[in-house]
Amino acid sequence: MERHDVLIADTGETYRCPDTRSLLEGMEALGRRGIPVGCRNGGCGVCKVIVESGTYSARVMSREHVSEEDEAAGRVLACRVRPTSPIRLHVIGKMKKSVCRTVEPVDAFNVTQPEPEGDKPWP
Amino acid sequence: MAMTGVLRPGHAIVRVLDLDESVKFYTEVMGLKETGRDKSGRVYFKTHEERDHNSFVIRKADKAGLDCFAFKVANKATLATLEGRLKEYGVTTEKVPAGEMLGTGERVRFKIPTGHTIELYAEKEDVGNGLGYVNPEAWLPNTKGINPVRMDHALIYGGDIDGNLKLFNDVLGFSLVERVKLEDGKTDLATWLTCSTKAHDIAMVRHGEDDKLHHVSFLLETWEQVLRAADIMSMNRVSIDIGPTRHGVTRGTTIYFFDPSGNRMETFCGGYQWYPDMQPTTWTWDEVGAGVFYHDRKLNERFLSVVT
Repeated sequence: MERHDVLIADTGETYRCPDTRSLLEGMEALGRRGIPVGCRNGGCGVCKVIVESGTYSARVMSREHVSEEDEAAGRVLACRVRPTSPIRLHVIGKMKKSVCRTVEPVDAFNVTQPEPEGDKPWP
Repeated sequence: MAMTGVLRPGHAIVRVLDLDESVKFYTEVMGLKETGRDKSGRVYFKTHEERDHNSFVIRKADKAGLDCFAFKVANKATLATLEGRLKEYGVTTEKVPAGEMLGTGERVRFKIPTGHTIELYAEKEDVGNGLGYVNPEAWLPNTKGINPVRMDHALIYGGDIDGNLKLFNDVLGFSLVERVKLEDGKTDLATWLTCSTKAHDIAMVRHGEDDKLHHVSFLLETWEQVLRAADIMSMNRVSIDIGPTRHGVTRGTTIYFFDPSGNRMETFCGGYQWYPDMQPTTWTWDEVGAGVFYHDRKLNERFLSVVT
């Protein structure tokens, strides 16, 4: 097993990642932060990074989040690549907070199940 | 109460990125029983305890997620009635012939307002739970992994959960059991619905993208089994999202974790029994954390954002 330095260029954070672990696992195992952690298995896309320098081996990733062009350009999911040399990366994925705090009120909301009598309106 | 209409969740069809790795995970770690493979490459599973041919199906695809979630209805007459009601309501339905899925009768397929594909069917081959129907033993020895009781429910993410609630309620006869309100006190962030006496058979969260899966859930019998499931996950280096912990909503004890393609799964135990004369429970926006994760009393950052 070899270990390689991984630099998260956004924060300047560096950690040592073994070639038996993904970049994301390596970061989490040392309690480090910087790359968003989602499913850790190539499905959700939140840990997407661009590898600016260095080499790695990659496993299958969801095409919903990583196109063939992405993959060819080093835009990959940190949970699916293992370092084979020192790595410098930028984070491009993020946690999508899709539910806004302010939404249109739903006045036309109409369900046949009756509202319970004890159900008071919220402040 | 007589069980009529829609009986229970029947099958979930889930997309995986690597078929062999997923089959190994679902048989050896989850402890499901493989019951067949079809020409299109789908692999069928059931829990050992389930009697019908399949409840969980995977297929290889280039992206993860949920193809469809299906419910079993009481009989063929009920299927015809519900199909008629859906059409009357303005829903476009499609009939999938018997045998298109292994061991499964005719399915009525349709899309709900959040873009998810739902199926109803009346018939599935009874392959039994291995214990027989005469003087059975109490449980099967030599099962592997977590070995849940049944595929129990799903939580789906999408935009128009109000339209979903209306359709499930008005057309399919589901009841609203619990809801979480957004900051405005009016709009639902999430709803939990049942067609049975369970605390939920399907749940939904309002989300910016349609047709997303949050998790498919499998029932365990005890809290100790939930802890044992977490041990098995750790032994097998399974990616755990959160838990073991408890939900405030439904009161179930839970572990959220991810399959090898990043589809979130749950093993859970408990929850209360529901009867249709009961009134729904409401959680307010400022206590949504406790509603979802009762001990931490806050959402983890993945709950609202990580889906497949």
